[in-house]
Amino acid sequence: MSELLRINDLHVAFPTDDGLVRAVDGVSLSVSQGETVAIVGESGSGKTVTSLSVMGLHKKGSAEMSGSISVAHDGGFLDVISASEEEIRSMRGRSVAMIFQDPMSALHPYYKIGDQLAEAYLVHNPGKKKEAAARAVEMLDLVGISEPVQRSKEFPHQFSGGMRQRVMIAMALMNSPKMLIADEPTTALDVTVQAQILTLLASLQKEFNMGILLITHDLGVVAQVSESVNVMYAGRIVEQGSVDDIFYNPMQPYTLGLLKSVPRISASGSERLKAIPGQPPSLISLPAGCAFAPRCEYIKFADSKACATQIPALVGTQPGHTSRCHIDESKRQASFAEAMKEVR
Amino acid sequence: MIGFISRRMFFALLTILAVSAVVFAIFSFLPFDPATLTCGQKCTPQIIAGNRIKLGFDKPIYEQYWLFLSGIFVGRTYGSGSAAFSCPAPSFGYSYNQNACVTDMIKESLPVTINLAVGALIIWMVMGVGLGVLAAKFKNKWPDTSSSVFVLLGTSLPTFVTGLALLIWISIKWKIVPMSLDGYVSVLDNPARWFMYFILPWITLAIAYAALYTRFTRAAVLDTLGEDYIRTARAKGVKEGTVLFKHTLRAVLAPIVTMAGLDFAGLIGGAIITETIFNLPGLARLTLRSVYEFDLPVVLATTILAAVIVIVMNLIVDMFYAVLDPRVRI
Repeated sequence: MSELLRINDLHVAFPTDDGLVRAVDGVSLSVSQGETVAIVGESGSGKTVTSLSVMGLHKKGSAEMSGSISVAHDGGFLDVISASEEEIRSMRGRSVAMIFQDPMSALHPYYKIGDQLAEAYLVHNPGKKKEAAARAVEMLDLVGISEPVQRSKEFPHQFSGGMRQRVMIAMALMNSPKMLIADEPTTALDVTVQAQILTLLASLQKEFNMGILLITHDLGVVAQVSESVNVMYAGRIVEQGSVDDIFYNPMQPYTLGLLKSVPRISASGSERLKAIPGQPPSLISLPAGCAFAPRCEYIKFADSKACATQIPALVGTQPGHTSRCHIDESKRQASFAEAMKEVR
Repeated sequence: MIGFISRRMFFALLTILAVSAVVFAIFSFLPFDPATLTCGQKCTPQIIAGNRIKLGFDKPIYEQYWLFLSGIFVGRTYGSGSAAFSCPAPSFGYSYNQNACVTDMIKESLPVTINLAVGALIIWMVMGVGLGVLAAKFKNKWPDTSSSVFVLLGTSLPTFVTGLALLIWISIKWKIVPMSLDGYVSVLDNPARWFMYFILPWITLAIAYAALYTRFTRAAVLDTLGEDYIRTARAKGVKEGTVLFKHTLRAVLAPIVTMAGLDFAGLIGGAIITETIFNLPGLARLTLRSVYEFDLPVVLATTILAAVIVIVMNLIVDMFYAVLDPRVRI
């Protein structure tokens, strides 16, 4: 399993009139061939900013970035942060492709589907129009669009939402990239269509042996397709581990809060959803200590002064499972065990 | 497509008919007797009565309207016997002030106006769209700031100021472009003189419109650059230039073309100030002169013509839109 993406201590900040928005604050993660790595978090936690950074899609001059993003590209590694615009451009769509949240608006309304797909190929293989058109049809067929020759001549508005997301996936596959970033690929879709798209992604991943970085806020999606999970909060990874670690043995109050807030069919009708109280902090003025401390219901088990003043380090108790929390391990186990009973 | 076009053509014709009826009615209810306007100071009641019958003003309004309409298709003959004179189809009436068929007067002035409007349209589209794209591309940098200065000047300076300024400085003071005193020449006869004849009026008209189009294009391009599908294009690895000139410009083209079509229609018969300053014998000048002289048949004809051009341009714009935007169902 060779590594396709390694993000090391990534910081992304956007200067605004109100102050510096620290969207991503020291994120490190890696994705290898054939692996699906999820980033979970609520809106504004920095997951999309992280994924756009990998593609170098932040506007020049609008984002201050530091750290490193190494992407497997042309047999070596490309550091997206220091690379030239031209180097990044040759990487985009060829080594790393991306699909987006809203397939309704991600396709150009005025161009035919086939041409939009072909363009993805032509950008990196100039002049090969015939191959591009043939490959577009082939990819449409691969993602399960019937009559691909016919449909490649149609416009986006003639496709349903699920079909458009299939088209987006087909477009991402045009250059057989080794790595795919899926930014909330199912959020805008009906539940039944969501399952189809996830199944499609999983089967394509097997076929192409791709690494997938999956951005989502849906724990159900995470459980279904990913092997390892990064939970993000206020621009930081607060817990990192395997799917089993995260779902059965969460070590961070925020992760636990997320698990508790998932609606359950087995719950009785009168039971209310357990939302996490409060709001995420402003990214312009983050708390000095743990960003989650003001909302944390387990703060009583920790040294509350440490929570308020020190950012907890991302440390692990078991191999491959790390989290940021000041709560003492023994106290955590006891109190979390109680809460996890509810979750199950 | 053919169904769409014929349907729209039918409604356009209907609208034109309605407009012509309304305009005709308005002119018929004006509080003066058109027959008294047909001769000068040496008028006698006999001459007036004679003219009334000759020009058909004695007939009821609906019959006059019918004569007007049928004149467009079969021409019209006024008077009878040896004194009769006729305006061949398409006849829009007879100007008693100028003793000429209105159609001939329009035939003379319309080419001037069309030359003026087309030239101005080309200049302002190139300038407006070009500056707008540039301003959007270099948002908040010097090309943007300087183009916004141009926008401010262009939108706030009235045509009679820019027109007179150009005339005074370029033509009279610096003598770069000669004053066009010897009248309109067709581009086919003498392209160089034709160009010199029109260049200042073109610039005068174009400046005002170019400023509006710069502002509009800049906003539209910036809007579009924020669209998801532009991000998709970038994520594919498309070059930044292609993103701007293919993906973005393609999306802003449809509304710009719509606007241009309607503005162009407005200029036919609407460029009164420019035509007056530069002494262009165009449609607007003809209308203005006819209004002053109560030359009602001419005013009637140019008013209807202006309306027809607006309606026709609307039709063309709609058809163009259907071609440009695949989502428009036809």
